[in-house]
Amino acid sequence: MLWGVVGILVVVLIWEGYKLLAPADGVVIGGARVLPRSTDLAMPHVWDMLARLAEPVTRSASAQPLWLVITLGALTTLGIAAVGWLVGLVVGIGLALVMQRWRIAEWGLLPWIVLSQTVPLIAFAPVVKSWGSRVEIGSFQWQDWMSVALIASYLAFFPIAVGALKGLQSPDRIHEELMHVYAAGYWSTLVKLRFPAAVPYLLPALRLGAANAVVGAVVAEVSTGLQGGIGRLLIQFAGQASGDPAKAWGPIFGAIVLGLVAAGSVALLGVILKNYRRTEEAA
Amino acid sequence: MNHSRRRLATIGGLALAASLVFTACSAGGGSGETDGADGGGGDLTPVKLQLQWLPQGQFAGYFAAQELGYFEEEGLDVEIIPSGGDIVPQDALANGDVDYAIAWVPKVLGSIEQGANLTEIAQIFQRSGTLQVSWADSGITSVADFEGKKIGSWGFGNEWEIFAAMADEGLDSTTVQIITQDFNMNAFLQGDIDAAQAMTYNEYAQLLETVNPDTGELYQPEDFNVINYEDTEGAMLQDAIWADTERLENDEEYQDTTVAFLKAVIKGWIYAAENPEEASEITIAAGSGWGPSHELWMVNETNKLIWPAPDGIGVIDEAAFQKTVDGALAAVNETGARLITEEPPATAWTNEYIQRALDELEGEDLDLTGEGFEPIEVELQEGGN
Repeated sequence: MLWGVVGILVVVLIWEGYKLLAPADGVVIGGARVLPRSTDLAMPHVWDMLARLAEPVTRSASAQPLWLVITLGALTTLGIAAVGWLVGLVVGIGLALVMQRWRIAEWGLLPWIVLSQTVPLIAFAPVVKSWGSRVEIGSFQWQDWMSVALIASYLAFFPIAVGALKGLQSPDRIHEELMHVYAAGYWSTLVKLRFPAAVPYLLPALRLGAANAVVGAVVAEVSTGLQGGIGRLLIQFAGQASGDPAKAWGPIFGAIVLGLVAAGSVALLGVILKNYRRTEEAA
Repeated sequence: MNHSRRRLATIGGLALAASLVFTACSAGGGSGETDGADGGGGDLTPVKLQLQWLPQGQFAGYFAAQELGYFEEEGLDVEIIPSGGDIVPQDALANGDVDYAIAWVPKVLGSIEQGANLTEIAQIFQRSGTLQVSWADSGITSVADFEGKKIGSWGFGNEWEIFAAMADEGLDSTTVQIITQDFNMNAFLQGDIDAAQAMTYNEYAQLLETVNPDTGELYQPEDFNVINYEDTEGAMLQDAIWADTERLENDEEYQDTTVAFLKAVIKGWIYAAENPEEASEITIAAGSGWGPSHELWMVNETNKLIWPAPDGIGVIDEAAFQKTVDGALAAVNETGARLITEEPPATAWTNEYIQRALDELEGEDLDLTGEGFEPIEVELQEGGN
């Protein structure tokens, strides 16, 4: 905690130190700018950005303070990313189970799973939104936020599937054979041996998945124009960055806190599962 | 035996996983729902309108029509869908995701040439709102000065007026360096761009609400050279309402919906012309994030692009449409590519529905041509606030 505060202070000092010392136009070598401009437009003062957070979003009578708007936006995005992460978790572990169980499934599926991540989001997002707008099952109607959650899950499932597969395959041969000698079936081997052994592999994969879900949710919000989340605030305030440079940094801080909260939640999961993490600590 | 039991268990597991996914989705559904538009409004016809950007004063008339119940009066339940970075209105319309879309004419002409079956049913903006802004001391005062310069544009089809204007002057477009602008004017303010693209209703205001570091005051119009494409041969038609050609031809209900929709839109824009302050507030309430002075500026400047409309709001002026087509045919971009190579089909536009809508509104006490339109004076505040 203390070191966290020190870390933030160091970043603040570097930021302000750079502003103080660097030339206004940055450093340009051979036509390429290697260090950024240090003007107030490009790099507002830290205190300006903090002060801006406390002020209302606009002069409008109904305007809430900027920090509140950003917090609400971040919470919306966090909720969507969490749904995406959960879907990614279920799909990822499901795929890992299938691939662990049948070698042929691993050969068949794994290349596709890797390939799936090479599809650019920018091409993918409008298609998901377009498909979603046609889904209507009984009283269930596809909502726009679900497209965003789906894209978040699409990014989140990948590390989870790969990590879970590696984890499920991690028990030593002699442990598997011991279970075999005990006449343990597939399910009891899975529950008593494979899942516990997979935990040290799964936790980092889940953290990666959480980070991916947040990034996916933010990008998909920007891409599909979903209202209410931090992604929307990012482009909205970016448009106001000329006249109000400090404002545009608000949602960026919001997105950083959002990522920390998401990763932190997974760390909490690690505390709950600490009995299974012995090998991880030894490593 | 053993095997099939395992298989059964696997299927059971998958079913469990699937049901988990479903509960996760529906559990989130309760909290995330924002719009109550699930067609519960009796026998209103559901209509989806796709905008080309985030909610803002540029679309004030549509928000006014919704807020003031003009759509409902016409028997419509309209959902206005803002766009984001990657949602292209004419694609959403061609895919059948929405019923109508707002888009610039040259962009859709490109889509039509590539096979999209779309028809323009109303030309809301009678004139182009695009400017090219440079510093007062830059020496760039007309399109003729563009050659060899760093010209800013947003790309994605927003750049064709530049090239059409250059083609008309006989300039070589491959000599300019096109710099992609992002959502603000920082690249121009910092000197990365010699002449930046700016809409009268948005980016130009962004400049005028920025503090000039040399004076400590806001930038003034005298600080800039402004080239208005409306004064060049490059001007193209902008915000227009597009419909699905096939449904217009074969679906009588859609034809009637189209007329009803246009009637409500006309009333919405007339309201915005006569009550810019209220229209601006409605737009902010509809989710626009601009500050009040910027929003009001935007509504006011948008009104200037719409009114006066001598033939009635929304009527497509054949000459102006042809000018846009000619510009699009002549324009060659900095990589040598063309927007369109042949004249668009006759189905690309029709005045049939907007004329019917105007005729039906004739008896009412509405200023359909904007004869009495007077823009207001808007004072921009720092940051648009």
